[in-house]
Amino acid sequence: MNKELYRIVENKLVATDTYKLVLAGNGNVDGEFVHIDIPGYYLRRPFSICDADEGSLTLLFKTVGEGTKALAALPVGTSLNVLTGLGKGFDADACRKEALLVGGGLGAAPLYPLAKILKNQGKSLTVVLGFNKKEEIVLEEEFRTLCNSFYFTTLDGSAGIKGFVTDALKLLQPEFDYFYTCGPMVMMKAVCELLKGPGEASLEERMGCGAGFCYGCSIQTKNGPRRVCKDGPVFNKEELLW
Amino acid sequence: MVKDLSVNLCGLQLQNPVIPASGTFGFGEELSGNLDLNVLGGISLKGTTREARYGNPTPRIADCESGMINSVGLQNPGIDVLVNEKVPALRKLYNGCVIANISGFSVDEYRECCTKADGCEGIDWIEVNVSCPNVHGGGLAFGTSARAAAEVTAAVKAVCKKPVFIKLSPNVTDIVEIARACEEAGADGLTLVNTFLGMRIDIARRRPVLANKMGGFSGAAIFPIALRMVYQVAHACKIPVMGCGGVTSARNVIEMMMAGASAVQVGAENIRNPFACPEIIAELPSVMEELHIDALKDIIGTV
Repeated sequence: MNKELYRIVENKLVATDTYKLVLAGNGNVDGEFVHIDIPGYYLRRPFSICDADEGSLTLLFKTVGEGTKALAALPVGTSLNVLTGLGKGFDADACRKEALLVGGGLGAAPLYPLAKILKNQGKSLTVVLGFNKKEEIVLEEEFRTLCNSFYFTTLDGSAGIKGFVTDALKLLQPEFDYFYTCGPMVMMKAVCELLKGPGEASLEERMGCGAGFCYGCSIQTKNGPRRVCKDGPVFNKEELLW
Repeated sequence: MVKDLSVNLCGLQLQNPVIPASGTFGFGEELSGNLDLNVLGGISLKGTTREARYGNPTPRIADCESGMINSVGLQNPGIDVLVNEKVPALRKLYNGCVIANISGFSVDEYRECCTKADGCEGIDWIEVNVSCPNVHGGGLAFGTSARAAAEVTAAVKAVCKKPVFIKLSPNVTDIVEIARACEEAGADGLTLVNTFLGMRIDIARRRPVLANKMGGFSGAAIFPIALRMVYQVAHACKIPVMGCGGVTSARNVIEMMMAGASAVQVGAENIRNPFACPEIIAELPSVMEELHIDALKDIIGTV
């Protein structure tokens, strides 16, 4: 864990209520998420890392509350105090050769850096992303260039396959030896129950410290209490009680 | 001139008065890779009970204006794991004052846990939490009655050779009455204050933010109230007070000490800034210089 300063170089609306935030600073960070001190708010807010290069981090976030609305309103040039190096991410090595990635909404964001790693490891990628409607779709082009097979669903049928990601999975019956999922809890639960193979899911929880010492985000698992921020956010599906 | 940050409490010299408060710093080892624990005056470990506890369901954390509410509910691995695993692990990393924080649901449980903590070599002081607002039928119930707080204090003192601090709740009408009752029952020191019972509602979903509905409010917003209580208690009692509540800076530390605190605990600020304690300690000498203070111990209770 490190506390570092970043400067906003891009903060723009890219889909319904969805912002792309590019932060200039150290892009060579470990971990799954960053914890951002939003000016005017007491607790930090956690965000998955969607992309990184040497000099920047890219995040996608949705304006779901006051804190994220305030973040969306920050102009380019604003300095942000950020904790980096947090959370245990996806285990790309758990997949032998065929990976299935299933995202719901902004759950697509942390799957993108995973897809890049899997691709570099020479593994085949099937990606299924689910959204409520066409206007919410993110990262379509990014995933399309990486994947062997790319599908998306919308609940209202305005683009892609109509329905939930689980409807698409039933329809497509994709081949895989390991799956990875991130999205709303109900979606991940349905995905983990539907897919018979091994896999892992990235959870979300209200957090305090984000670094494993306040125990504010602990969930019960088959192996006892686990901190979403430190022992996760990614957990093996066999561990989860939902 | 080199500034003297040291303080003496209950026969122990601390290199400085800054101590992360219980529940905001885990068992110390969680942070060992990120900061030098050995700069800390002491560490108050996460509240521990006889049995292991998962605590309350999530969400357990709510953001507030200048503070936060938690309803963690004393998640801990139990007293045996504390004394056999957590404290020995911390002792490999940390040489300063280690404070075990003990909670319970009955006088017997407090007595049993404190006996074990007293027998654990790595623990210097025992802090008895009679003020947790997040568990039912225990914790706070002992801290809101002078008679019950005195009963726990006497029971614990009867089995402990180590200094015992009683951690008091601010959710009372007259904190001085309870502080005096603990002092008369034999407490070696007092820690105050724990969190204030609070609540937030998600107005879009029309339900409480916390799964447990209510929780303990802490953070910068409570500093003036905590300071007032430290001032009242420190002037009414002879035993040392560890001041706690909303401390975020070296200036707050000095203010708490002027009010009568012999040491100062930093709580919620650690949660928004894990480096808060080392930063406050590093900031102290320059603030002392500005205020013409040579030794921190000289300012205790001077207001």
